[in-house]
Amino acid sequence: MLWFLLLKNSKMTAFICTRFAQSILVLFIMSLLVFGGVNLVGDPVEMLINPEADQAEVERVIRELGLDRPVTEQYWYFLVNAFKGDLGSSFIFGEPALKLIIQRMPATLELALFSLFISLIIAIPLGIYAGYNPDSKASKVIMAGSILGFSMPTFWVGIIFIMIFAVQLGWLPSTGRGEIGTFMGINSSLFTLNGLSHVFLPALNLALFKISSVIRLTRAGTREIILQDYITFARSKGISEKRVVLIHVLKNILIPIVTVVGLEFGSLIAFSTVTETVFAWPGMGKLIIDSIYNLDRPVIVAYLMIIVTFFVFLNLIVDIIYTFLDPRVRIKGDHQ
Amino acid sequence: MNPKLRKFLVFCKDFSSNKVALVAFFIFLLILFVAIFAPLVSPTDPYDLNTVSIMNSRLPPFSEDFSGNYFLLGTDGAGRDMVSAIFYGLRVSLGVGVLSGIFALIIGSFFGISAAFFGGRYESLIMRIVDIQLSFPSILVALIILAAFGKGVEKTIIALILVQWAYYARTARSSALVEINKEYVDAARCLAFGNTRIMFKHILPNCMAPLIVVGTLQTAHAISLEATLSFLGLGLPITEPSLGLLIGNGFEYMYSGDFWISIFPGVALLITVASINLVGDHLRDMFNPRLH
Repeated sequence: MLWFLLLKNSKMTAFICTRFAQSILVLFIMSLLVFGGVNLVGDPVEMLINPEADQAEVERVIRELGLDRPVTEQYWYFLVNAFKGDLGSSFIFGEPALKLIIQRMPATLELALFSLFISLIIAIPLGIYAGYNPDSKASKVIMAGSILGFSMPTFWVGIIFIMIFAVQLGWLPSTGRGEIGTFMGINSSLFTLNGLSHVFLPALNLALFKISSVIRLTRAGTREIILQDYITFARSKGISEKRVVLIHVLKNILIPIVTVVGLEFGSLIAFSTVTETVFAWPGMGKLIIDSIYNLDRPVIVAYLMIIVTFFVFLNLIVDIIYTFLDPRVRIKGDHQ
Repeated sequence: MNPKLRKFLVFCKDFSSNKVALVAFFIFLLILFVAIFAPLVSPTDPYDLNTVSIMNSRLPPFSEDFSGNYFLLGTDGAGRDMVSAIFYGLRVSLGVGVLSGIFALIIGSFFGISAAFFGGRYESLIMRIVDIQLSFPSILVALIILAAFGKGVEKTIIALILVQWAYYARTARSSALVEINKEYVDAARCLAFGNTRIMFKHILPNCMAPLIVVGTLQTAHAISLEATLSFLGLGLPITEPSLGLLIGNGFEYMYSGDFWISIFPGVALLITVASINLVGDHLRDMFNPRLH
């Protein structure tokens, strides 16, 4: 089906090829930036070699890393090794940087997924309510709350959560991932009660920003849908108001919400860096902050390259899906 | 009456129609005043080692030390008065936020207006770069810059400019595209004015309204982002204690129940960001022709 569409529309094929080439270009520029940041701005010997090493060790590592070679040659080796999946070894853990990051990826993904779940559960009912009764007092409170949600710095709210729920009330734990359960071969703290109690606060914290934006989206969608003919028709058939909202309105607003929220999943992963640091959640976000703090350059380089690759391809896929769903989207690269 | 003055008065009247935004604006003015005159309005100089005593460390709010100094919001781990630390912190936070906003506005509107003016491949290239950059979350862009190049005042400002310029470029281009087709631009072209003069003396002033709206909202975002980065230890160095750093410093004392060291700088940050956002939201509604 996909290939058929591609053959049928050579313009679309050209579009996808251009976007693919652009993604590769962005990755290339990023590799230059990261390589430049590590090797040209600072002293690479100081940054890449364990400060506790003695003189003979330093010279050996300089030769091994090729730091005595011209810069262009060094960059070429960096690229070749990156393609092989070799991004250096951590000074702190003594393990390949790539392995460290992949080990911590599930923790970040589970946090992001759970916070996505929380934000939808909270925001959709509130948004529908605010859209259905736009002039009620409660709706105004909900909308004011969503502006406040936009303005509040995530990390500070996390600190307040810890203060209230962990330190003062002692209801929920504030650090770590808790017990990890296994379900269908997947290890996650979402499968144990203890793990769930650990993930709840960080996930709610990470969800806060999303909740505000989903409330606004849902409210706008509801206000629009409520005026449609099919809602009037459903009402005239004598369907109860509850059923109209729960079936007809909900079904129709879910499509745009799921699209937008799905596309923005990447930003949850980026912002989890902050939440993971506040709640000491052992994911990749905390790893990068710790590595920056410890000057563990190989891990920093590996993280940056991985996360940028992830985003570049995520955006590429989104672009391609959009083109198939809506051929009007910028086929010629023009902008509205 | 002078028509410019009249226009300004009408604008003021329009703006005051929303009481919440008006209050937010005055709160912002107050914050700005405190930030600019921090050394004059602060009870003590929190970074003068002669007046700060470690004996006063972690005093709760409303307490007094032995020599009769009063600490309204308590003291931090080093015995600094929180009120003064917050006033100085506001200065750093607002300074970095506003400075990066101004640079981003200049760079973004330059590329946005020139893209609209020249069109063609140049426009496609600029707008493609803008699109690619906007597809990355702001915190990630800042993280990349600061992780690769290290922390520091100028690096933080550069990161914040990079995060923001694309928004200004997009806004400037879309309003410039509308302006370019108007008669006054044709007239300027007939008078054989140079491109630079037409772009920045004729088109730019007419694109200012939407740019100012984006500017207020982006500055609020930049202040919040800087606080986040400084809290993570990536943004400003310890010699420039912004609100984010103050919150970060207090974080370690939170587990022992000393809430005020982290909470009050956060409240100051929240009030600053929220007041700018409320003003920006109202300005956006005012300039939005669809709502009139």
